[in-house]
Amino acid sequence: MTQETKASLDFNTTTFTNERRSAEDFAPIANEIRRDIVRMLVRAGSGHSGGPLGSADIFAVLYFGGYMRYDPARMDDTTHDRFVLSAGHMAPVMYAALANAGCYPKQEQETLRKYNTRLQGHPGRDMHLPGVETSSGSLGQGISIAVGMAMSDKLVDRNDRRVFSLTGDGELQEGSVWEAAMAASHFGLDNFCWLIDNNDCQIDGRVPDVMNVYPIDAKCESFGFDTIVVDGHDYADLMRGFDRFLENQRNKTGKPTAIIARTYMGHGVSFMNDKFEWHGKPPSKDQAIAALEEMSTMP
Amino acid sequence: MDLLGSKPTRFGFGDGLVDLGERHSNIVVLGGDITGSVMTSLFKEKFPDRFFSIGIAEQNATTIAAGLALSGKIPFFASYGAFCALRNADQLRISVAYNEANVKIGGGHAGISVGPDGATHQVLEEVAFLRTLPHMTMIVPADYYEARKATVAMGEMIGPAYIRFGRSPVPMFTTEESPFELGKANVLMDGTDVALIANGALVWESILAAKELAKKGISARVVNVHTVKPFDFATVTQAARECGCIVTAEEHQVHAGLGGAVAECTAKNAPVPIEFVGVKDSFGGSGDPEELMVKFGLTWREIYASALVAMERRDKGSSGVRAIRDVATYQD
Ligand SMILES: Cc1ncc(C[n+]2csc(CCOP(=O)(O)OP(=O)(O)O)c2C)c(N)n1
Repeated sequence: MTQETKASLDFNTTTFTNERRSAEDFAPIANEIRRDIVRMLVRAGSGHSGGPLGSADIFAVLYFGGYMRYDPARMDDTTHDRFVLSAGHMAPVMYAALANAGCYPKQEQETLRKYNTRLQGHPGRDMHLPGVETSSGSLGQGISIAVGMAMSDKLVDRNDRRVFSLTGDGELQEGSVWEAAMAASHFGLDNFCWLIDNNDCQIDGRVPDVMNVYPIDAKCESFGFDTIVVDGHDYADLMRGFDRFLENQRNKTGKPTAIIARTYMGHGVSFMNDKFEWHGKPPSKDQAIAALEEMSTMP
Repeated sequence: MDLLGSKPTRFGFGDGLVDLGERHSNIVVLGGDITGSVMTSLFKEKFPDRFFSIGIAEQNATTIAAGLALSGKIPFFASYGAFCALRNADQLRISVAYNEANVKIGGGHAGISVGPDGATHQVLEEVAFLRTLPHMTMIVPADYYEARKATVAMGEMIGPAYIRFGRSPVPMFTTEESPFELGKANVLMDGTDVALIANGALVWESILAAKELAKKGISARVVNVHTVKPFDFATVTQAARECGCIVTAEEHQVHAGLGGAVAECTAKNAPVPIEFVGVKDSFGGSGDPEELMVKFGLTWREIYASALVAMERRDKGSSGVRAIRDVATYQD
């Protein structure tokens, strides 16, 4: 891709494959996801910038590193590994990942949040966007759905499907998250991987100021998860986390895996970086141009 | 009834809370990580010692509020209505209503006019739930001043209460001086041919519909039932008797909300044909607020058309109804 295409507000048609990669190969994918997030949000005129941009690196590794096995042309089959976005407001990053994987046309990203779109403000299963496994947006519910899916796979169908679910860190304040966690380890769901986007930000401020949830790692550990803390912007470190999950499943440890990814809200766009004020708003046109300009110099 | 500007009802809630805070030292407010959007941030700035951030934990906040209430405080907890009316439904039922705890809930971003956030955030069912809870007071104000007065009134009454308010600006047509009494519906326009009974954002649409009907020589009565519980049986029964047919209008599922309350009341006291304007048994979706109000049939046009149907049913019996409404998805 040329620098010009990268800086453009328009969507392109580039897609990426899902395969085992070396750490250096993820940057162009993550950056294209970030650019699409900006392109989508500026058109929508509302929506969440901070969480989606900050977690783009996690999504690059999850969807394009061979950890989650799926066929972009057949997201409705009953054999692919599943991902549940528990933090439903972060939909733009999931939509961008699915588009860049070729699950649906990239151009359709321009419909985000518009009437009758498949890209609802929060994921809507009723709209049948390939790869959206469940509606979400009421925080703290997606992770329980994921646990139910993992139970279906491991305890009933006894197959080797994997289930991933991402929650925010503010989301951890919902008590139901911990009910889900308790059940995941109670049922020995080593096919379940919990991703926590630990950016320390939520709507009203820093997480410990709104309601302290730390220490997150010790909590996950004590709820029976094999817990690993990684730098959510370091691909090698993220891969270490996902590899650990695969190993747990392969070795049938009977323990679910928690990957706590330390991230910065809005990462990739310098004026948003680590600012909770960017949780729930889109860039203006000028800000979007500046963001894309800045990101065009990245791989 | 004239247009006096426009403002979101949530601003009325935020300002009303500050009014209350100034008058009563035992008013406390609980935050659920969206204090800016539901305007409790105004109270927080003025009375930081009486504001407590509970985080994203609506069930906990509701039950903590019950504990504060049982200790003589008057706690307000506000979030999006989707999460502080239904996520915490059991807590509201047992810890709040059954306890008769003096807990006040502010449910923001109600209805489909939330817009682009989509169905998960567009609560359309909570009026139905809350009005079935014993001891509960349920208020759906129509504009800024009504929301502000309702907030003060619910803070100064004793017992559990819930107020529903919206995100987008809505027309203002009441003033500081307009009468407001909890449980007492306001007749905004007098009329004898058909009663348009509404609350929330649909009150203004009913006024517009009444003005259009007047052009056809039809005299419509507009009744604002801002308090859905306790319900003003007298005013609604009188409207049914004097007009002989009714249209209800609300930004809520057509089932079991204001329309349901009106139907229960009139079935017993004065059975008359009723047409129901509301969301017809479907979830919402993303879009511009105004666009959605049109797509989901929540404007004066549907109220106007329904008034004609209601009158025809009254005059010719229900078998004579002409199919002049576009409510194909709703079976009634
Ligand atoms: C049950 C529920 N309560 C409240 C909200 C409103 N809300 C949406 S996102 C959010 C903050 C989430 O914080 P976090 O999980 O840290 O995500 P981030 O800010 O990092 O994107 C809140 C309170 C919601 N969607 N669901």
